[in-house]
Amino acid sequence: MVTTIIYTILSLSLLGAVAAVVLYFVAQRFKVFEDPRIDQVEAELPAANCGGCGFAGCRNLAETLVKSESFDGLFCPVGGNTVMARIAEVLGRQAVTQDAKIAVLKCNGTCEYRPRTSIYDGTASCAIASALYSGETGCNYGCHGFGDCVEACLFDAMYIDETTGLPVISDEKCTACGACVKACPRNLIELRKKWKGNKKIYVACSNEDKGGIARKSCSVACIGCSKCVKVCTFDAITLENNLAYIDSDKCRLCRKCAPECPTNSIIEIGFPQKKEKIPETAGNNPLTVNKD
Amino acid sequence: MFKTFHKGGVHPPENKLSAGRPVEPFPVPATVAILLSQHMGAPAKAIVEKGAAVKTGQLIAKGEGFLSGNIHSSVTGKVSRIEAVTDASGYKRQAVFIEAVADEWFDDINTDTLLDKEIKLNAAEIINKINESGIVGLGGATFPSHVKLSVPRGKKADFLIVNGVECEPYLTADHALMLEKPGEIMVGIEILKKALGVTQAHIGIEANKPDAIALMQKFASEYTGVKVHPLKVKYPQGGEKQLIKAITGREVPSGGLPVDVGVVAFNVGTVFAVYEAVQKNKPLIERVVTVTGKNIKNPANFRVRLGTPVAGLIEAAGGLSENTGKIIMGGPMMGKALAIADIPVVKGTSGILLLQDDEASRNKPQPCVRCGKCVAVCPMGLEPYLLMPLSQKNEFDRLESEHIMDCMECGSCSYICPSARPLLDFVRSGKNNVGKIIRSRKKQ
Ligand code: SF4
Ligand code: SF4
Ligand code: SF4
Ligand code: SF4
Repeated sequence: MVTTIIYTILSLSLLGAVAAVVLYFVAQRFKVFEDPRIDQVEAELPAANCGGCGFAGCRNLAETLVKSESFDGLFCPVGGNTVMARIAEVLGRQAVTQDAKIAVLKCNGTCEYRPRTSIYDGTASCAIASALYSGETGCNYGCHGFGDCVEACLFDAMYIDETTGLPVISDEKCTACGACVKACPRNLIELRKKWKGNKKIYVACSNEDKGGIARKSCSVACIGCSKCVKVCTFDAITLENNLAYIDSDKCRLCRKCAPECPTNSIIEIGFPQKKEKIPETAGNNPLTVNKD
Repeated sequence: MFKTFHKGGVHPPENKLSAGRPVEPFPVPATVAILLSQHMGAPAKAIVEKGAAVKTGQLIAKGEGFLSGNIHSSVTGKVSRIEAVTDASGYKRQAVFIEAVADEWFDDINTDTLLDKEIKLNAAEIINKINESGIVGLGGATFPSHVKLSVPRGKKADFLIVNGVECEPYLTADHALMLEKPGEIMVGIEILKKALGVTQAHIGIEANKPDAIALMQKFASEYTGVKVHPLKVKYPQGGEKQLIKAITGREVPSGGLPVDVGVVAFNVGTVFAVYEAVQKNKPLIERVVTVTGKNIKNPANFRVRLGTPVAGLIEAAGGLSENTGKIIMGGPMMGKALAIADIPVVKGTSGILLLQDDEASRNKPQPCVRCGKCVAVCPMGLEPYLLMPLSQKNEFDRLESEHIMDCMECGSCSYICPSARPLLDFVRSGKNNVGKIIRSRKKQ
């Protein structure tokens, strides 16, 4: 009995020792060299794993950053310039900077401005509502308000405002990861250049119908009158498919355009109040929360 | 026992309220809005301009591209504008608006109602005529008929199948047509047989229409190779693949077309349109539309000019009542709820159904109880309970390998689910996404 136990212990120990030696050599032979900088770079990244950079996760981006020669097309929107500068240091490369961005909703069709013409009682999902029909209002382009974007946001930067029926984006929390942009079936969210003090000027409308038709379905629709285009001295505004678009890279926030717009579809946020006419929408704009 | 398909199927209440009502010609409306996209493929291109005078049956838009179709004026009058109009999906699409002043038919259209049995054209001429006349599948899929008739090289049609099943609850347009135009439908079948080069034709009719079955049988006995099959009442018996399975026992492969198993199928409405086009030179400008619902005072089958506003049809059938919950274009299973009533009738409009509030509302979805009913009723052998979460999670590869593209959107799964889960909604959105991926892959 005792001898059986001893033999068992001995043979198992021997087996273990042999396996250890074999494994040691195998490990030496097939050793995968992993650049230690990958761990270092990963440690700098925000660990949000949001996919905003276009990679499967922070580690995936770290690997690519270390392997690639330059920063071309590689940027963590969540970490921004500070994180990218620290990564550049780790990798001993020249840092690149990008303008900070912020998500904005190109629709201001609140329940008040854009009356409901039918009732949808199906699944509360923008993607499904879009696949089924044009939406509860006469506008074929505007926000459904079921919050696919809110669900996609990993940073808790959005919510649906019950009174307006539109999503609200928090300037503080939005990291410009772009998840909402991809989630919106109507392409209503755009990442635009972020100005100091969260100043914003943009056309809060995506309706491509001719003026009369657009106006009928929503009182703050862009009617494509091109008045803003004419007044802009920086060539920042273009008109395509009956819809004005302000290029946030060219715009200098001079504020000439907004008062020109007959339907108040150009939104100005974050500016000191002007003495003359202020567009109705600017005061209590439903699209942005300014915390505190 | 009656023949049927064997996989899945449900038995919604039939509610054929307008059965037995004759086809009444609906008065020519003062204005029609003729949509340029009334077929599967790209919109047709308008060839008339604002102010042009057109006659009934005159070509006003040319179908360009593979699955497109010609469009003809359904009235005589002046083109008042070419402008976007809201269609059944709620989206605005281009349409030709025509103010009707009279009803003068275009040059050589024969408007008499005599039965013309002698087929003068040869196969190629028939297909060409059908193409020119803008005929598309009137069962609802609006697939251009000339494309179906042009059997691809290397494939062969063995027989023609005529779909008189009309398995959608409430709808009776095909039923009424079979009762009224059996002779014309038979000639239409002969024309299609000639175009396809086949000798056998099978007509499938659900057993809940004994009068139509008897009448069609009587007329079919005058012809050789035409057989009428009474089929078991089961939804979706009228689905093309289900009908083919029921009558011939052949199974159309996943992703394949009926012609892959040697069958070409047409709806009876389409067959009648083919008769009129080939024998009477009359393009597709009108169709039979059922207007029905429990709230409708006079459920009816109307022969309606394309472009007539739906609101007018509802008015004529007794008007919109207080507790109408939804207006549906098509049947309750596969139809589309309309956002507004001012939508023009198109080639694919088989019926207008008014649902009461209580019939129209959806129940609140509950978690899946894994009862497997959705799997049991799916006529395409899919697993809807699985497809729904896969679609929610955007697992497109998995969806594709689970054959989501085979879904015919019959709605049986959503109908049967005891947990009221919106299965079809998610399957549809999954199909959209997977379809996009497949198309982009093909382009590369
Ligand atoms: S709001 Fe949009 S861009 Fe901003 S963090 Fe959320 S998902 Fe990302
Ligand atoms: S912005 Fe787009 S995703 Fe967000 S609620 Fe509106 S329609 Fe839906
Ligand atoms: S704010 Fe000034 S610069 Fe910007 S678009 Fe308007 S007019 Fe042009
Ligand atoms: S029928 Fe509904 S509850 Fe039953 S398995 Fe399917 S999804 Fe689940």
